[in-house]
Amino acid sequence: MTAESTGIGPDGVEQNSKGTIRVLQLYPRDMNIYGDWGNALVLKQRISWHGFTPDLLEYNVGDEFPADVDLIVGGGGQDSGQLVIKDDLQSQAGVLTKLAEDGAPMLVICGLYQLFGRFFKTRLGSVIPGIGVLDVETHGTDERLIGNVRVATEEFGEVLGYENHSGQTTLGAGVRPLGTTAKGTGNNSSDGHEGARYKNVVASYLHGSLLPKNPAIADFLIRTAAERKYGTFTAGAPDDRYAVLAREHATRRPR
Amino acid sequence: MLYISVPLGKLVRRVSRLRGGGSALPGLVVEKIDPGFMQRTLSTIPHGVAVVSGTNGKTTTTKMVVELLESQGLKVFTNRTGSNFTRGVAAALLGEVDWRGRLRADVAVLELDEAHATHFVNRVPPRYSLLLNVLRDQLDRFGEIDKTAQLLQHIADKTTGTVVLNREDPRVARIAETLTGQDVQYFGLDDSLLSTFPNDDDMRAAPGSPAPAALPHKPAADVVLRKVGPDTADFEYDGATVTTAMKLRGVYNIFNAAAALTLARSICGGGAATADHATLLTALSQVEPAFGRGESLTVDGQPLDLVLVKNPSGFRLGLKSFPAGGYATMIAINDNYADGRDMSWLWDVEFDSLRDGGVDQLTGSRAYDMALRLQYDDVRICGVQPEIAPALAAFIRDAKGKPKRIFCTYTAMLAIRRELSKITTVEVVS
Ligand SMILES: [Zn+2]
Repeated sequence: MTAESTGIGPDGVEQNSKGTIRVLQLYPRDMNIYGDWGNALVLKQRISWHGFTPDLLEYNVGDEFPADVDLIVGGGGQDSGQLVIKDDLQSQAGVLTKLAEDGAPMLVICGLYQLFGRFFKTRLGSVIPGIGVLDVETHGTDERLIGNVRVATEEFGEVLGYENHSGQTTLGAGVRPLGTTAKGTGNNSSDGHEGARYKNVVASYLHGSLLPKNPAIADFLIRTAAERKYGTFTAGAPDDRYAVLAREHATRRPR
Repeated sequence: MLYISVPLGKLVRRVSRLRGGGSALPGLVVEKIDPGFMQRTLSTIPHGVAVVSGTNGKTTTTKMVVELLESQGLKVFTNRTGSNFTRGVAAALLGEVDWRGRLRADVAVLELDEAHATHFVNRVPPRYSLLLNVLRDQLDRFGEIDKTAQLLQHIADKTTGTVVLNREDPRVARIAETLTGQDVQYFGLDDSLLSTFPNDDDMRAAPGSPAPAALPHKPAADVVLRKVGPDTADFEYDGATVTTAMKLRGVYNIFNAAAALTLARSICGGGAATADHATLLTALSQVEPAFGRGESLTVDGQPLDLVLVKNPSGFRLGLKSFPAGGYATMIAINDNYADGRDMSWLWDVEFDSLRDGGVDQLTGSRAYDMALRLQYDDVRICGVQPEIAPALAAFIRDAKGKPKRIFCTYTAMLAIRRELSKITTVEVVS
């Protein structure tokens, strides 16, 4: 198989670019656990496969928040990472809330999913305030939920990934779940929900990374960014054969 | 005093060997009927217990320490990696003790898996510990990266004699700050070699928590790796630099040789033997990688290297240590429990170095996850076949006349070795 037939994006995108899409990674230095880079990489590559020019930016603690951001992606992180960023995140609550309310596409995974909610109450009872973009609350537990997950969703079909968290999240009335788990646990061990959806924010516990095997979510984020910025989106033709095969094999793997 | 558990355990061991069984059963039996067996037996070893722990390189490093100490005339008790650490050690001890429960060994050198570290060191405080590194790993099993650092800290706390630390890994080096009674020794790396070590914390994919800063002033190291040649290495110790031949390949294996040398020098300095440096170096030059860790076999008159990769840092080290040029490349990724079920780690490895030559064959239960990963790094792929046997056959056939290299996860490596043993000589490991 040649590079062309694997669907690797055409060169010379710059000349015929449909425009630039600016992707901001939130706190990649401190909130970055297995596979979060995969989500950023998939956005970067698919943006160019759809004929746009990706511009990948980072926001870390103490940075100036960049203007004109089109798409935001935030990652997992450990408890210690959450403690490092929590104050800085509060200082950016206004700008992030405004972007979310205005319909900016965002993907937040695990640790940042929790802090995009109202609060995270740790197992020992201390409370880390969230920024309240999402009407969800999270409670730390002793139980670690680990393993492969399959989620049935209306918007994106079956979503596949891997969860690894001990915080359990409950959704309030202001958000809807991303989907319902067919395998694995998801948000918490009681209601069978996984992730949260609010406007164009997608929140999920799934690593894997999430986007490579779920290109439908990646394309939703890119399409939304393009439509908000340029009014229209015409999709390119990414070659998703490996994604399809990786999904087929992944669904057959044990928990 | 005669313990009934020992003859009984040995009997079970014989019987289960006759039946072709593994080592777990006799270990289990002795553990059940005599829970103090392991602790009691290890405590009789004159020069005590040394443990080797850390994320990457434990097995080969343990093997090096054993061979270095044996070169000094010491009788060394050691363990093979197994499924259950305590039970494995108990079973190995049963094989080595006489019928009265006496162990004929001067020193024990044990590879200590992080999962069993706390339990073990609480029961058997080691006299020496060697702590290699804290890299992104084990997330599957522990949930949190920082826990690994805490486990190594706990091993150091429980060590009664000398703690040997990696000066170049801030999470490990900083353990020294909290130690009070122990003697601390470091092994280190020449500044010129630091860049050949992909550092998790320098990477875009930094670990979940920020690493502590490097030590403000690098402490003096007992042994420093100064230079790595194609089949030689320069080590500095006692104020002089010596060049030695090396059978081990890959910079990080050779860095671990500096670690092994430091521990061996500590044990010998601790009165176990008076180190004879000429024989130490000869032993070091003869060390072969441990089972599966960078083994080199011969197939069709061409070398075939097996490189075990089990986490992002290990994979990145492997790609850096074994450049792709001139080699045909296969990657085998399984997701059995022993490999780790979470495929996220593949996204924290950069595969640009394979872009020029492409990858000849992908295999394993997660071959298509690997294919997807390479697609996003613009790496050309020639074939994907999840079944290992046909994939390996195709790889060997299509890459005829070329040296070959296979990066593989643990269970994929076992399957590949099994297949290879049908066509070439593969060391049998009991
Ligand atoms: Zn997570």
